[in-house]
Amino acid sequence: MALERLFRRRRTQGEVRDVPELWTRCPSCDAPIYKKDLEQNLYVCPKCSHHIRFPAMRRIESLADAGSFEQTTRLKPADPLHFTDTEPYAKRLERYQKEAGRPDAIVGGRCLIGGVPSVLMVMDAAFAGGSMGSVVGEEITRGAELAAQEGRALVIVSASGGARMQEAALSLMQMAKTTLALDRLWAKRLPYVSILTDPTTGGVTASFAAIADVIFAEPGALIGFAGPRVIKQTIRQDLPEGFQRSEFLLKHGMVDKVVDRRMLKEAVARVLKQLAGGARAAGV
Amino acid sequence: MPLEFEKPILELEARIAELEKYAQESGVGLEGELSVLRERLKKLQSDTYGSLSRWQRVQLARTPGRPTTLDVLNGVFQDFLELSGDRTFSDDSAIVGGLAYLEGTPVVVCGQQKGRDTKENIQRNFGMPHPEGYRKAMRLMDLADRFRQPFFAFIDTPGAYPGISAEERGQAWVIAQSIQRMARLRVPAIAVILGEGGSGGALAIGVGNRVLILENAWYSVISPESCAAILWRDSKEAAKAAEALKLSAPDLLQLGVVDRVIPEPGGGAHRDPAATLANLKTALLEALAELKDLGPEELFEDRYRRFRGLGVYAE
Repeated sequence: MALERLFRRRRTQGEVRDVPELWTRCPSCDAPIYKKDLEQNLYVCPKCSHHIRFPAMRRIESLADAGSFEQTTRLKPADPLHFTDTEPYAKRLERYQKEAGRPDAIVGGRCLIGGVPSVLMVMDAAFAGGSMGSVVGEEITRGAELAAQEGRALVIVSASGGARMQEAALSLMQMAKTTLALDRLWAKRLPYVSILTDPTTGGVTASFAAIADVIFAEPGALIGFAGPRVIKQTIRQDLPEGFQRSEFLLKHGMVDKVVDRRMLKEAVARVLKQLAGGARAAGV
Repeated sequence: MPLEFEKPILELEARIAELEKYAQESGVGLEGELSVLRERLKKLQSDTYGSLSRWQRVQLARTPGRPTTLDVLNGVFQDFLELSGDRTFSDDSAIVGGLAYLEGTPVVVCGQQKGRDTKENIQRNFGMPHPEGYRKAMRLMDLADRFRQPFFAFIDTPGAYPGISAEERGQAWVIAQSIQRMARLRVPAIAVILGEGGSGGALAIGVGNRVLILENAWYSVISPESCAAILWRDSKEAAKAAEALKLSAPDLLQLGVVDRVIPEPGGGAHRDPAATLANLKTALLEALAELKDLGPEELFEDRYRRFRGLGVYAE
């Protein structure tokens, strides 16, 4: 019987594994979940509320008003350093593109959120761990510039292990470029809401993700600068329970609110509705 | 401790010095032998230093005796007055800074500071700043803006400190804020990578109108060791990672990440710190002169354009 087979499957880390086609398991509590239920529940486990990684397009559908999204991202990665480790970067890129079904680790465009004209950018951890190279940096930058130009709010959903090693110093420069671009919004009094999801670390946290007007985090997300493994190696101590999770960040004053994914759209719209009036009031 | 590839040169130098001393003391004419040895030394030096691998440069960038930020602040600038503290939590001695003059021009300076020996390195956390260090840097940027004085930043860090306390106090947040603060300066900003330019912890004070680098310094998104540990699953492959990362000064100049490479004397900055500082001073004065006609908003836009253009992708 299908159910029996299902129960024998071992749990996997982080992602839902396709067990029999209609069913899957929660990576946290191991409960079997009917896939349709999971999708309807925005990939939040109906049993334990664990936030499972959310496919980028589903994320957009969950935040943008129905039918309002118009994609603007379109850049493709290059291999400026001709980087090769155990495998050429160019080959890795091909594989990532096939797996994720998009040219790089970001998708975004114009949309309405709660009726407020916005630019929504979503990072895709399914592509190379959501790492930021030239494409992610340029798309975020263009997104911020587009929002500034058209008087839109900016919403960025981060999911990234940090800057992409295979583009080395150029990846590092994306931290500066994206951060600078946010100033264009600032100058026009347009709001920027940053949403941190599992995981958001390294050069993404240390640039555009951390300097928004309002920062929300999904429950239980890993968020920080250095990865837990690096910290453990450096200090040679075990890390405290809950270290670098959203709730830890909230306690230490780094994020405004931990918001359940099912309430996120409402929370974002609430902020945008109030703050997007600033540009109009200032007549810019 | 000399580096492995420096040893033959140092040995030959020692032999020449010994012979010179003997010749002088004994009065025996050894000029013939000496000139042969001196020629050989010259060739050995140009062979070694003319074709340094990226990994060898990384090793030079870390060599003790290389000028540190404080050496620059005291040796290139005049009347350096160190200022301390972030006014919030504590003073981080991994970042130093304050007021100084550069040939009569009042300026604000800051930079990461490594120790010159083990004891000082422990006190300065090996030049790895905590959030309070970057907050001190931002305070200094505020000063520069408020009093319309050029800002100079000197980069020499393996990276921002990866530890529990640093995470608790928002390491990522202050790095982002420091990048933003420096980008917003309405005064000339000049950054120089002196030794190690380790990732976001370096970039936090690297958003200059001009970014200069010493010839054997490195600057990248990750150290070669950490990169090797992740991609090769073995930190001993750091030499390969250094090559792949193209983290050397000439590479970075080609990529547009830096604007100018400051030459080091033969054998590296640590062999002749005074000459290195002289080259550095010339470069700083020239960079400052290039920016002197720009107004506050032009300086901001100039910096925006400089970083806006970085990145390689296909439409």
